[in-house]
Amino acid sequence: MKRISWLTLLMLLLAMALVACGGSGDAEPEADTGDTDTAAETDTDAEEADTSEEAAAELTCDDAIGCVEIAAGDPILIASALVITGPNESLGLDSQYGVEIAIEQRGEVAGHAVELQAEDEGCSAEGGQTAGQKIASNPSIVGVIGTSCSGAGVPMSQIVCAEGIAMISPSNTAPVLTDPESRQTCYFRTAHNDKVQGRAMAEYVFNELGLTKAAAIHDGDPYTEGLASVFRDSFIELGGEVVAFEAEAADATNVEPLLTSIAASGPEIIYYPVFIPLGSLITKTAKEIDGLEGVVLAAADGVQSPDFVDASGGAAEGMYVSGPDLGFGNDIYATFLETYQANYGSEPTAPFHAHAYDATMMLLNAIESVAQVGDDGSMLIGRQALLDALGSTSGMEGITGTITCDENGDCADPKIAVSQVQDGAFSSVWSYEP
Amino acid sequence: MRRFSYIDLVLWLFRIGIIGVVLWGVTGKFILGVGNEYTVSDWLDFFVSGLSQGSLYALIALGYTMVYGVLFMINFAHGEFFMAGAMTSTVLVALPLQNAGYIDRFPLLSLLAIFVSAVLTSVLVAVLTERIAYRPLRNAPRLVPLITAIGASFFWQYYFRGLFGSSLLPFPEFAMFNGKIAFWGLDFQKADFAVIITSLLVMFGLQQFVQRTKTGRAIRAVAENKDAATLMGIDVNRTITITFIVGASMAGVAGVLYSIVFRQLNFVMGFIPGIKAFTAAVLGGIGSIPGAALGGLFLGIIEAIGPPLFLEGLGVAGSHQLKDVIAFTMLVLVLIFRPQGIIGERLAEKKA
Repeated sequence: MKRISWLTLLMLLLAMALVACGGSGDAEPEADTGDTDTAAETDTDAEEADTSEEAAAELTCDDAIGCVEIAAGDPILIASALVITGPNESLGLDSQYGVEIAIEQRGEVAGHAVELQAEDEGCSAEGGQTAGQKIASNPSIVGVIGTSCSGAGVPMSQIVCAEGIAMISPSNTAPVLTDPESRQTCYFRTAHNDKVQGRAMAEYVFNELGLTKAAAIHDGDPYTEGLASVFRDSFIELGGEVVAFEAEAADATNVEPLLTSIAASGPEIIYYPVFIPLGSLITKTAKEIDGLEGVVLAAADGVQSPDFVDASGGAAEGMYVSGPDLGFGNDIYATFLETYQANYGSEPTAPFHAHAYDATMMLLNAIESVAQVGDDGSMLIGRQALLDALGSTSGMEGITGTITCDENGDCADPKIAVSQVQDGAFSSVWSYEP
Repeated sequence: MRRFSYIDLVLWLFRIGIIGVVLWGVTGKFILGVGNEYTVSDWLDFFVSGLSQGSLYALIALGYTMVYGVLFMINFAHGEFFMAGAMTSTVLVALPLQNAGYIDRFPLLSLLAIFVSAVLTSVLVAVLTERIAYRPLRNAPRLVPLITAIGASFFWQYYFRGLFGSSLLPFPEFAMFNGKIAFWGLDFQKADFAVIITSLLVMFGLQQFVQRTKTGRAIRAVAENKDAATLMGIDVNRTITITFIVGASMAGVAGVLYSIVFRQLNFVMGFIPGIKAFTAAVLGGIGSIPGAALGGLFLGIIEAIGPPLFLEGLGVAGSHQLKDVIAFTMLVLVLIFRPQGIIGERLAEKKA
């Protein structure tokens, strides 16, 4: 009996080892070429690597971190990593539709069709890591549109950048992602930086609503904590007082104690830039807490979705939500909205579809500008060249405005709108440009 | 007398450390006035909200404890019984009733229909799980059904995600649960009050059922010793199924109560309450019914009062986010210093 169990264990271990070998065996060739190219500054090594690829494609890859090779007739593979399941799915699906529409409208890029591999980042650090690893292990992926949530974007940018894959987020807004100290070199975004959004909310509350005592709540995620901190700092700078700066778990079920604590500090407005589940819970509970009657509620783009209004029942009525200004009023957006309605049968459900469209266009334009096309129709895309091309994007006319990247990967043309929930819909009441 | 070992020393230091931290936090709060100033009514609000959350934990914990009592296994799929009842009754009963306007016209009847459908679903899911996943493993080593339970838990989560989608579902609002009610000098949210009263009634009913009825006696006999129970003519399989049914009914009731208070549902909603209820069951002494009830209430209250009391006094920022730290620290403390739980696991010879 004992011997049998030992045997089983041994077999299991062997099987695991085999699987591990198989996995790394697939990934290694690509990773190796990348590594030798980066590490070996010496010409001989680089040339060796080059000659092997030359034989195959007749094109030379002289890129510092490697190339993606696409055979004639094969599509260019790009990935998306957005939150497309779970309570926040309305945020990510909306962006994914934007990506799909951009691919559809752009058509072929340098003679190759574009194929989308859609991944889910689950709006969590773990989800971002999983999606990132899946993308990083596929050497034919040229670039990624994602993530939706900054919390997923932080680990994912580290994983995909290690492979030199370009990453453009249409909806990450946390300042940390483009902070020169922590930014990954392959990371860009077409969404605004929350330095702008937090400032906008603080100015609206202080100058337009005339309130001076604020409380802020975050859930510890980089997006929510970053935005709440920018709001706090801007509000204090404007001359207001932040009476409470609290945190609650994103999956909390009972926020009465939290709100009782906040009520005791006597705010006139509560700002909680969190996601839909916690956001709607706070919205509903705040209506029932003593001392919070008549306190203004405000949140941010993480909850700007019909799902949030539904989940909060009537409690969201009258509250303020900051987010990107969607009053673009250009022809591209008009066509975009028509296509969206025709393909998905609804109006856009969240704020970042237009940014996703622009991010995809930016990626496809950059691919076209750096792709080397051979006589037989095959294609070679240099990874470093692609990153350089993305970084030097300038004056690109997109739906969200004129896209120009700065040296930290912030490419947005940030315009913020503060909306109010009126009759269950978000209607814009104020707009801000830095 | 046993010799004093270094483990005892570490444990003693640990005890003194915890007591020190708590005292330091409380001193900081009340004498030095760190953090917000709370009035007595604020403290009562913390207490009441904890009591309501705690009674939900207690209801779910009862299911854990009863199944542990008869099978000596932790049924990690129990949180999913809770989710199944809440989700199904919301999608198939509550939302259609709301759309038809029945909830405003006949709130009590609607509520009854929601409760019945939730309990039926929870029971159905529990019976299926027991029959398909647990019964074939009755004589397997104890670790096997435990792992199966985790598998069953994932199965039900994604099954219901497939059925009802993965987005948040709003539970309809009942006008009768809005506003407050004063009772014994405490101000209760009406919804919280309903939760506390219903839970107490259900728990009292369960205690009567287990102590007074023939079936209850059979359950106790099976918990005591399965072989002897079989010899006495008790159908063990049937009794175990009944235990699952009773536990799942309470999970179903808890599911609706949870929906009334928090009004948003999702396919993973069972996970956190399930883990907390498990903690509550262990706190009270797993296998003991009054223990589960007490453990649940205790956990809910400590989660609500702990952050403002100890953590704020220590100057911790964002203290409410750390309520899980308090909950699980309590679990660790109980496991170290009183492994049998607050009330104490009823140890039959076989288990000991």
